[in-house]
Amino acid sequence: MAKGRVSIVVERCKACGFCVEFCPSHVLALSSTFNSKGYHPPHAVHPEKCSGCDLCGMYCPDFAICATKTDAPKKADPAKEGDK
Amino acid sequence: MTDCLNTDLLDDPLGDDRLNTDLLDNSISVENPVERFLRSDRMPHIWCPGCGIGTTVNSFARALIESKIDLGSLALVSGIGCTGRVAGYVKLDSFHTTHGRAIPFATGLKLANPKLNVVVYSGDGDLSAIGGNHLIHAARRNIDLKVICVNNLIYAMTGGQTAPTTPDHSTTSTNPYGVFEPSFNLPHLVEAAGAVYVARWTTFHVRQLARSISEAFKKKGFSFIEVISPCPTLYQRRNKMGDALDAMKFYKEKSKIRHGAPTSEVGMTMTGEIIVGKFVDRERPDYQTMMKAQYTESLGERFVEPTEMVCS
Repeated sequence: MAKGRVSIVVERCKACGFCVEFCPSHVLALSSTFNSKGYHPPHAVHPEKCSGCDLCGMYCPDFAICATKTDAPKKADPAKEGDK
Repeated sequence: MTDCLNTDLLDDPLGDDRLNTDLLDNSISVENPVERFLRSDRMPHIWCPGCGIGTTVNSFARALIESKIDLGSLALVSGIGCTGRVAGYVKLDSFHTTHGRAIPFATGLKLANPKLNVVVYSGDGDLSAIGGNHLIHAARRNIDLKVICVNNLIYAMTGGQTAPTTPDHSTTSTNPYGVFEPSFNLPHLVEAAGAVYVARWTTFHVRQLARSISEAFKKKGFSFIEVISPCPTLYQRRNKMGDALDAMKFYKEKSKIRHGAPTSEVGMTMTGEIIVGKFVDRERPDYQTMMKAQYTESLGERFVEPTEMVCS
């Protein structure tokens, strides 16, 4: 289960490759398709590895990518226990 | 959200499966945390692919989130040049001023409304060449400004001319046979002139840069943060240094964090080590404190503090 999720705004990407290079868990790769400006945006080749650290989002010079932590189901468990 | 991932664009027009669209299933749009600091209608910005200015703006926005600063009390002033365009892309009270005069305009803002947090966001050419005199005098007077200097080592917007920060032996459009002038060591310059906070990072050090900017917000006085940034189009290409990603790898390899390093030793060379870190963090009374002390001493009761300016 992935801890995080990458979200990409394809049209803003200029394919600098910073996110691909600096992703600590190697989630991303540049895709072979083009956006309307003719750049190859990245896509998540290993989405299950994403930790949601958002380092890709910090490096992106075009504000085109961000990663968020997915709410783990663990969070819901203590609440349920509390109810009991 | 209109500009979230448009899956139609990812459908391959040629019909072959060069791209696995399942892997691109990002249909749940997630708002980028920095989005609220940007004028989204002006995106994509004009900066070249791989230009580091966007990364510095990203770190700046994250520093604003981290320091929980009141955006109503923040003003961003920038000059002319690639970095000067920052004022047009941030959704803050911003001011795009004349060439080299970002610091004078910012000084005026600060004097008129001392409660403002004034950030000067400009490039090396704007701040240290045409605006060099303003830089050293603002540091000397210790005016409470946060200066973020994005140093791409060249005059990028005008076609890659030699700037005061261009390192020795690099090739530029005005020095096709190599630069022979010694370059400015900006941290040393502003420390000597009297800045209270001096740091240098590269665009590789995004988290450290964000932390440094938040620290500068807590300081009272002239804070100067230099950010070494790649210029793939003019500096790297002409010097056969590869693209922006190569520059980032170069920063990763060659930069060395040395907090408190003597600024006289942090000068940059074209291929040598880049010393980064927080060099200076000291206390000195700022301009307005000194002004108040002086007037109180010489005028006594006759000195009346200026009341808060109200814009109508």
